[in-house]
Amino acid sequence: MSELPAALAEIVEDFQAVTEPDRLQLLLEFSEELPELPARLADHPDLLEQVVECQTPLFLTIEVEPAGDRRVSLFFSAPPQAPTTRGFASVLHQGLDGLPAAAVLAVPDDMPNQLGLTRALTPLRLRGMSAMLGRIKRQVSERVEAPAS
Amino acid sequence: MSLPIDSNPSFSDYAHPERLVSTDWLAENLSTANLVILESNEDILLYDMGHIPGAVKVDWHTELNDEDTRDYVDGAGFAALMAAKGITRESTVVIYGDKSNWWAAYALWVFTLFGHEDVRLLDGGRDKWIAEGREITRDKPTTTASSYPVIERDDTLIRAFLPQVFEHFGKPMIDVRSSEEYTGERTHMPAYPEEGTLRGGHIPSAASVPWAKAAAEDGTFKSRAELEAIYLGEAGLTPGDDVIAYCRIGERSSHTWFALQFLLGFENVRNYDGSWTEWGNAVRVPIVKGIEPGAVPTGYGA
Repeated sequence: MSELPAALAEIVEDFQAVTEPDRLQLLLEFSEELPELPARLADHPDLLEQVVECQTPLFLTIEVEPAGDRRVSLFFSAPPQAPTTRGFASVLHQGLDGLPAAAVLAVPDDMPNQLGLTRALTPLRLRGMSAMLGRIKRQVSERVEAPAS
Repeated sequence: MSLPIDSNPSFSDYAHPERLVSTDWLAENLSTANLVILESNEDILLYDMGHIPGAVKVDWHTELNDEDTRDYVDGAGFAALMAAKGITRESTVVIYGDKSNWWAAYALWVFTLFGHEDVRLLDGGRDKWIAEGREITRDKPTTTASSYPVIERDDTLIRAFLPQVFEHFGKPMIDVRSSEEYTGERTHMPAYPEEGTLRGGHIPSAASVPWAKAAAEDGTFKSRAELEAIYLGEAGLTPGDDVIAYCRIGERSSHTWFALQFLLGFENVRNYDGSWTEWGNAVRVPIVKGIEPGAVPTGYGA
């Protein structure tokens, strides 16, 4: 089993350490911490990919350092009336942003199930979060494999 | 000790105007005794972001369902839930929620299975309340546990099971899913993930009327004349018909059930809550693909 990166592992531990109602409260706090898109992306929604598996509109994109560790930056956009979706995006942002591409690619696909929310949330929701992670990993591997331009 | 009915003239044409309240009415009655306001959302974190003052949250997924029996809670479970939310058998309950009251209508339908007499929808739901700039709060009300009798759930009047859908063939059915789901192009809502239904299509002979047709831009229900044009005109229902409505799991069709039963006055409307997740996967159960409703299967119907 691959290891979670430290920041993400800590978030998972925080979720697992509390009761279910508190987990939902924690997810709400994450949703409120999701950063706004930087202007260069906010003005160009076409640069973002929609995660159609999410129950509410969620768009994401990544940037990868051209050389070195190929560190990954993550960007998400979701409306305020979609707190669950925003919460998941924010967990991934805080857990993965700034990590080397290899660490992002090593995150297990079932990581969303480790948050202890499988009873409180519907399977649809958790699949939405898995889809976010899957699309991030796919975008990262495409960038890493692309020949240097 | 029910609260007075909302005399809003826009409700007066409906068959049962006592089933709806306007945002104005609710704002005036917020602190009236014997009123319990319930929020029922698809996104379970929305309530915590701010809700109508005094509103209590009800979670359709964890509170109204019983996952072990793949059913709704039983009489004892419902009584315990009501008691915990401070609801008595005599309470006036107003339910509202996100997405044009889609999940609020679902909760109201479950309340109706238990015969709760005075349960109403806030027309326009959560979005309309907020769009009008009305007060919302993050303060959770302190509820005093009440006493609620154990009432046996009545599944005969407004709920249909798969065998009853077969018996119903020959009478009208309404499929309230999107047209892509109806034709079988996809087995889930647009922009929603696949849910593992094996086959795409619809129940033979069911008419397609996506649920959102009953809702206006602001999430309120359309006028009676507009609803009649949709359900009597386009869908071909006749007053007095026995109707079954279904969707994917019974939540969107609760919205249509509400419109047919309480706004248009159909007295025999059942929600088939097994819906496409059951029908689409069941053995020896016929489906039709494409935009045509298709014929009643041989050997069924009048």
